[in-house]
Amino acid sequence: MTSYLIRRLLLMIPSILGISVVLFTVLAMAPGDPFEELATNPAVPPEVRANLRASLGLDDPIHIRYVNWLFAMLKGDWGFSFVSRIPVDDLILQRLPVTIAVIGASQVLALLVALPVGIYAATRPYSIFDQIANTLAFVGFSLPTFFTGLLLILLFSIHLDWFPFVYRTQLDSTGWQWWWDQFRQSIMPVTVLGLFQGAALVRFVRSAVLDVIRLDHVTTARAKGIPERAVITRHVVRNAMIPVVTLVALQMPIIFGGAIVTEQIFRVPGIGSLLISAVLSNDTPVIMAVTFVFACLVILFNLIADLLYGWLDPRISYR
Amino acid sequence: MEETLRDLIGRVKRGSLSRRGFVKRVAALGLTAPMATQLLAVTGAAPAAAQSVPAYAPTRRGGGALRILYWQASTLLNPHFAVGTTNQDSSRVFYEPLAGWATDGTLHPVLAAEIPSVENGGLSPDGRSVTWKLKRGVKWHDGQDFSADDVVFTAAYSRNPQVGATTSGSYQGLNVVKVDDYTVRVEFERPTPFWADAFVATAGVIIPRHLFANFNGPNSRDAPTNLRPVGTGAYRFVSFAPGDTLRAEANPNYHKPNRPFFDTVEIKGGGDAVSAARAVLQTADFDYAWNLQVEDEILQRLEAAGRGKVNIVEGGNIEFIQLNATDPNVEVNGERSSITTQHPAFRDPAVRQAMALLVDRESISRFIYGRGGPATPNFLNNPPRFRSPNMRMEFNVARANEILDRAGWARGQGGIRQKDGVRLRFVFQTSVNAPRQRTQQIIRQAAQRAGIEIELKTVTASVFFSSDVANPDTFTKFYADMQMYTTTMTQADPQRFMNQYVSWEISSRANSWQGRNIVRWRNEEYDRIFREAEGELDPVKRAALFIRMNDLIVGSNHIIPIVQRPLVSASLNNLRPVLSAWDSTVWLLSDWWREG
Repeated sequence: MTSYLIRRLLLMIPSILGISVVLFTVLAMAPGDPFEELATNPAVPPEVRANLRASLGLDDPIHIRYVNWLFAMLKGDWGFSFVSRIPVDDLILQRLPVTIAVIGASQVLALLVALPVGIYAATRPYSIFDQIANTLAFVGFSLPTFFTGLLLILLFSIHLDWFPFVYRTQLDSTGWQWWWDQFRQSIMPVTVLGLFQGAALVRFVRSAVLDVIRLDHVTTARAKGIPERAVITRHVVRNAMIPVVTLVALQMPIIFGGAIVTEQIFRVPGIGSLLISAVLSNDTPVIMAVTFVFACLVILFNLIADLLYGWLDPRISYR
Repeated sequence: MEETLRDLIGRVKRGSLSRRGFVKRVAALGLTAPMATQLLAVTGAAPAAAQSVPAYAPTRRGGGALRILYWQASTLLNPHFAVGTTNQDSSRVFYEPLAGWATDGTLHPVLAAEIPSVENGGLSPDGRSVTWKLKRGVKWHDGQDFSADDVVFTAAYSRNPQVGATTSGSYQGLNVVKVDDYTVRVEFERPTPFWADAFVATAGVIIPRHLFANFNGPNSRDAPTNLRPVGTGAYRFVSFAPGDTLRAEANPNYHKPNRPFFDTVEIKGGGDAVSAARAVLQTADFDYAWNLQVEDEILQRLEAAGRGKVNIVEGGNIEFIQLNATDPNVEVNGERSSITTQHPAFRDPAVRQAMALLVDRESISRFIYGRGGPATPNFLNNPPRFRSPNMRMEFNVARANEILDRAGWARGQGGIRQKDGVRLRFVFQTSVNAPRQRTQQIIRQAAQRAGIEIELKTVTASVFFSSDVANPDTFTKFYADMQMYTTTMTQADPQRFMNQYVSWEISSRANSWQGRNIVRWRNEEYDRIFREAEGELDPVKRAALFIRMNDLIVGSNHIIPIVQRPLVSASLNNLRPVLSAWDSTVWLLSDWWREG
């Protein structure tokens, strides 16, 4: 197990290097210029722009810039945002709490919806409940988040005037009022993200449970006279959860990506909206850092999924 | 006409003609009323800042919270590093210049005790120096005194090339001298009629010497004050999350009485323009939303909720078409649109005139831009004293056809006109933007009826407006026959705006396409009168020169003005913001208040 883990960790190094080379080259080749607004502003003389470019190392050839970036990264220096003129890691750390809160809450919501609905639907396949759950799940994951987001805003913010649709990081209130305000402003982004995730998960949980429920050991358990409830929780769900857990782990980085749109709609200052604004202003160091973090997350969660799999199913061994 | 005007102004000054009588007579000469009152103001015949800023009514403070929404978020708070309006605005909440521009194009004193003029001895008659008297008793937010040292330091900091300040252009070719603790003299190398650039408005905000003196060099970006500003403004810093929210609170020691009105200010960034408009006009979650480039139809619908209103502030920004003076299809030493070539079709004035007749400005304005884009025949529209009364706009396909027929452009294959092997077939480029694409369609349809075929091309904004030398699709390279975009006028003085047509600014490979004359039009008279205006100290004469420049370039039909682009924003009905087209949105945040 330990040697397997070490081997996997060592294998991560070349893949991360490869990813960073690809990202860097693509960003360097992409059109656009962080000083675009300076270019169209007549008040800024060209020399100032040239000075700025030179001071940020933009005029060096690409391979030198890459090596510079890599060594700085190894030393823990993530670079300097062209636009904010502050270190990139500060920017990302500022965004992290909100991102984790919103994405975590939506993932919890997704599981809270998907598990009971999926399991119940699987125990009564093709019943009315199953049909309705299936249909809603299809609708749920067919509707993109930008659509459901706008729909919720129109309904709850504009028609009913229940929730604000602009997310504010620093609320004025304190104590219970603060929690209440936080709840009011988080509920729409969390619901949009959570239901989108949940809809896909419902389908997956249902099929995983259906696979297990037909197996011999379940029939045996029922024949022994174990109550149906215990059969389902102990013998069916536990086994069916193995693929579900892997899927959830593998999906984690995708959710970070999927949150970008939602964050933009509700003005949630998360990592996704940081990425969007960086892309729009051609702030290469920030784009590079955020995409790199996403890439590392994918690799990391892949590893976690593999490890979890073995832990849940002892028949799988690591060699 | 100039003689008559001068005579009339002289009579007003002597008191033998009333100001109302002056406006009436000037109207007879074809000048508008605002233009006339401004002429009086700039020549010293009327109090300059009389009505340029709305009255401030509150008699006490404590107005609660003010919440402002920007759909772009600010990312840094050093005004001399600011790239883009958002950052200029958010740092302006804390820092102040000596004077700002009111929306009628006159100066309004902020840290200056008074606006320099020839009458008060602030302006030297030879135009070579300006003496600013500073307000006394102003304190920085940390309690230190504001003085002339800070003003002198700001100039030194901004023009230090190692600092990399984006405002450095405003501090070239001048020398700043401290006369005493509350007097500063700016000395120019040459007579400078437009003296109100250094220390004025966005580029002129004063920063505290005691906090930046150790960071006046390559370490400028390490200054802690870059993210924790200490200014003289009406509101002082509370907290800042780059790309998200900026918070400020009232400065109890502010240097103007009864100000500021609000206890706290919050500026939230991010999202999109339509939902920003919604958050003010429809749900009233915010008090003010900045720069709403949203279709007027949507704004009107949101306004119908009755909670807020749309503010339209007219400035100098203009959406216009350029007809390339050079040939984009011929390469000279590897350079297209080279100044050594001539456009095969547009060198004929008849073709240009026909093109101008084929742009239906009224319809474009009415059906596409609404209140956000009044049609205009002029390139230089504001301040009103620079607006030419001589240009006309007309949409007339029949006349365009007639002109082309007369010039010998006969219809050939497919109904497209040609002459001497040159076909009237043009590539028309612009950036990706819904109103621009609709405008392109309208023009193409009209051109078709006149036997001109137009191929539409659209380029992503981030490419089109970039300064990327390697990319062939940027607007400064202009590798097309026609193009359309908005050019911005950032100052109330047109000198920097009108340099877009002087021959030494022509965009070419030699200057890495950074020249401002993108249409590549050359005219000796224009060059000459531009030089003249640069040194002309008489405001009336100078205005006449700029009007002549406008008439020359617009009259050549190498550019076709379409619509003005005023600044559109939204505010709640009870909010009283003070806005200006020539300065930052929050230029006079100290005077914002709420009624009731």
